[in-house]
Amino acid sequence: MDLLVPEIGLLVWNTIAFLLLVFLLGKFAWKPIMNAIHEREQSIDDALNKAELAKQEMARLTSQNQDLMQQARAERDEILKEAKTLKDSILNEAKKQAQVEGAKLIEKAKIEIENQKKVALAEVKGQVSTLSLEIAERVLRNQLDDKAKQEVLVADLLKGVELN
Amino acid sequence: MDFNQVFMSKVVKVIVVFTLLTAFLSIKNNTFAQVDSVASLPVDTAVAPTQEAGAVVNHSEAHEEKEKGFDITSFIFHHISDSHYFTLFGHGDHGFHLHLPIILWTNSGLVTFSSSDFKFNDDGTQVVEKNGQRFAMAHNKIYYANATANEHGAFVSHEVKDGAEVVTNARPLDFSITKNVFSMLLSVIILVIVFTIVASSYKKRQGKSPKGMQSFLEPIILFVRDDIARPNLGHKYAAFMPYLLSVFFFIWLNNILGLVPFFPGGANVTGNIALTVVLAACTFLIITFKGNKYYWGHILNPPVPWWLKPLMIPVEIFGIFTKPIALAIRLFANITAGHILVMSLLCLIFIFNSLWIAPASIFFAVFIGLIEFLVAFIQAFIFTILSALFIGMAVEEHH
Repeated sequence: MDLLVPEIGLLVWNTIAFLLLVFLLGKFAWKPIMNAIHEREQSIDDALNKAELAKQEMARLTSQNQDLMQQARAERDEILKEAKTLKDSILNEAKKQAQVEGAKLIEKAKIEIENQKKVALAEVKGQVSTLSLEIAERVLRNQLDDKAKQEVLVADLLKGVELN
Repeated sequence: MDFNQVFMSKVVKVIVVFTLLTAFLSIKNNTFAQVDSVASLPVDTAVAPTQEAGAVVNHSEAHEEKEKGFDITSFIFHHISDSHYFTLFGHGDHGFHLHLPIILWTNSGLVTFSSSDFKFNDDGTQVVEKNGQRFAMAHNKIYYANATANEHGAFVSHEVKDGAEVVTNARPLDFSITKNVFSMLLSVIILVIVFTIVASSYKKRQGKSPKGMQSFLEPIILFVRDDIARPNLGHKYAAFMPYLLSVFFFIWLNNILGLVPFFPGGANVTGNIALTVVLAACTFLIITFKGNKYYWGHILNPPVPWWLKPLMIPVEIFGIFTKPIALAIRLFANITAGHILVMSLLCLIFIFNSLWIAPASIFFAVFIGLIEFLVAFIQAFIFTILSALFIGMAVEEHH
């Protein structure tokens, strides 16, 4: 049994068949298969990379949104604060102005009253003088008859009239 | 590399255990010597030639003892060797056979005829006359027949050489489509058809997940690429992928076909040295022609002290050839050993000549058969990974 001595015919057939096999499979099977596997792996890798990028983008957007929100909140607080101070100042201003205005009105009223009083006093003075003149005239007329009586009357009259 | 060593050693262990078992079981039998020689063949592949010589001796002894009993050695060797017939079932004239064509390149040109002309005569007693030339077949080989028959009626002359009986007649160049060639061509056709279908389904389902046969084969293709090619070849792996994939699937399919006990399996294709030599030669040629300057520099000017160089350079040059030879012998011996083991276990029934041994015999044969199924894959894997490793060493850039 020469198991270890290769038969020449077998050698030839095996060589032809194996080389043919490598050629045929290499051309019609391995090339398309390996290319397809490679492409698919690449596309899977791409998809995964894209997903990763999308995730990062998402995270970025989320943090950005949060930032924006915080900013907006801070701004709102600022605005509210400003508004409050403004309101307070306006209120204070208004109060002050009202006081000033009120004081002015009161002053004016006082002056008016004073003026009116003066006018009234002047009028009263005038009437008093007129009245005094009339009384004096009447007294004079009555008393002129009697001298003593005239004097008493003038004294009484003068007592009754009070000047202020 | 680590885990194929484990696989190998495990398988070797199992084979040793069962070899010893077989040897002890048959110790009282008169065929002890034959079983021993046959069964011890798988233990060590390195001593295969001497074992083979022993087997031949036993064979010739058995030849003489033919009438006495069942000749296990010739039976087993008949099954693991190449043949000009493909037996579908039965035996000899009573069976149903595929008569394969015989193609001979003789002294006077091409001669073709059907193997049925030999009428199953394997001892040179039947002469076929074609183109004025006479041929006889002995031990499945075709010889130029002698003019007259010897005392046994054979037209071939024998001579005992190194204790072995050999036929001394001249042989024509035999390019017959034998059982091995037939089976091997069949496997080539199967591979081409299967993988072109798979390739077309890749085109059809571009960028989609695999389906059907594609999903069964894709993990194996990826296994070859990611676990065999890439670790050993690095970024240059793509150029060698067609070769590695072809070798892997070719060996694997033929290993499995060899385990199928009926047509179209049963031919011992990968257990024949002619095939393993061709495959190893391909690896050798790739290594030799793709080897870069670092590889050749390492061989012709090894990095050792100057006084070691006269020793190391021949060793390195020797190493160029031992690698592919080891590849060829390893695959051949593993597959042949497995076949011999299964056949030996089944032959126990006939050695003991008892039906009661059959359950045990079949149990062990099935067990070894399952291991062989694993070995079919492992050997394809080992051949491919070692090829990738050797090629990788040859194309590696400077470290």
